[in-house]
Amino acid sequence: MRLFLFIFKRDILLAIRRRRELANPLVFFIMVVSMFPLGVTPDHAFLAELSAGVIWVTALLAALMSMDNMFRSDYDDGSLEQLLLMPGSKVVLISAKIAAHWVSIGLPLVIIAPLMSFLLFLPAQALPSLIITLLISTPILSLLGAVGVALTLSLRGGGVLSSLLTLPFYVPVLIFSTMAINAAAVNQPVSGYYALLAAFLIISILLVPFAVVAALRVSYN
Amino acid sequence: MFTFLHKYASPQYFYSWSANWQKWSSVIAVLLMSVGLYYSLLNSPADYQQGETVRIMYVHVPAAWLSMFTYMVMAAAAIVALIWRIKVAEIMIGQCAFIGASFTALALITGMLWGKPMWGAYWVWDARLTSELVLLFLYFGVIALSGAFEDERTGARAAAILTLVGIVNIPIIHYSVEWWNTLHQGPTVSKFDSPSAHPSMLIPLLLMALAYKAYFFALLFKRARAELIFRERNTSWVKALLKESV
Repeated sequence: MRLFLFIFKRDILLAIRRRRELANPLVFFIMVVSMFPLGVTPDHAFLAELSAGVIWVTALLAALMSMDNMFRSDYDDGSLEQLLLMPGSKVVLISAKIAAHWVSIGLPLVIIAPLMSFLLFLPAQALPSLIITLLISTPILSLLGAVGVALTLSLRGGGVLSSLLTLPFYVPVLIFSTMAINAAAVNQPVSGYYALLAAFLIISILLVPFAVVAALRVSYN
Repeated sequence: MFTFLHKYASPQYFYSWSANWQKWSSVIAVLLMSVGLYYSLLNSPADYQQGETVRIMYVHVPAAWLSMFTYMVMAAAAIVALIWRIKVAEIMIGQCAFIGASFTALALITGMLWGKPMWGAYWVWDARLTSELVLLFLYFGVIALSGAFEDERTGARAAAILTLVGIVNIPIIHYSVEWWNTLHQGPTVSKFDSPSAHPSMLIPLLLMALAYKAYFFALLFKRARAELIFRERNTSWVKALLKESV
């Protein structure tokens, strides 16, 4: 636990010191969402129908964009190798890094998502489910993304490759989240979708750190 | 048991015993394929609703089965490669990914050709089509990752980890897509007590499925052997082998 807190605090502090870099995925999120009405139609009813999917797909892309800085700078300056050489559980270490990444990237996405929902006229009754699905699912995005990043860490131009590896794994998250939001928009029960997403989150928390540790071992060879 | 495993999985031994396996699985594949094609294309009834187009099933369904079977083989190879670091298993992962991607593409293409006359469209966003498409993406990921490293063995181990992450995710992806949208007919063969397909269609289908499996093993052994002697080109046994054959 002390190791977890230590790494978590360190990564948050590093993130705060580099806050401009952190803003990039958020700006990307806002920009891409605002491109859709320009490209499709400014029509109110049509955008309302589209909004859940658009916000979610854009959130996926923004999350993917930010994945690379989870390990990259630590890998480049060698501190990741030193951290892995420390005594103590590597799984805890990796979990702390992923948690810090989620707090610095995923949480801001959740916070500005309501704003995006106004731009796309998401029905008001669906707004809580948008926030809840984002809250449950963005940690999953960070976890699964960590695997892709860890596998491609030692490669040049690994960013694109890691997106290719990660996107198929995002399919269930995308499906359950948008289904929940669309169900909420027509006042249907949604708790089943939340339960499924939460189950997926728990499985990911339990299994993914092990896969990431194994992947980092391969990257360090 | 482990010494046994290591002996038979050592590149040199594998190369010599797999020659026979490759030969016999090719022979079985050709035999089954010719019988199966005869029955399925010429000597089986046309469907009362679908007419002659039902014959696409005999190439489509075995390809779809094989696309999933290949992933299982690949995952097994991945486990062996990660635990025992056996070179032959590492080679199998990359080769399985190529073969699996080809059969997934074949299943998708034959499915599109079958879908046009039946559903009136080449593509619908149906659950099975979508999960097959995602499977194709997973195969592409494994192929891309295993080829991205300068050191082949590192690439193989990275691909092995990705394969195992995928095997946990495939059921989740499958069911998520299933609940999302479905138009495809339910399974008609796996209900073994009372298959809803008539034997006159079921038997050619199973013959074709076995033929595909045999062809898969023939292909896998052939590709793995070729890749193996390429990777081991600087070892003494490959040089001796080359001298012998020249």
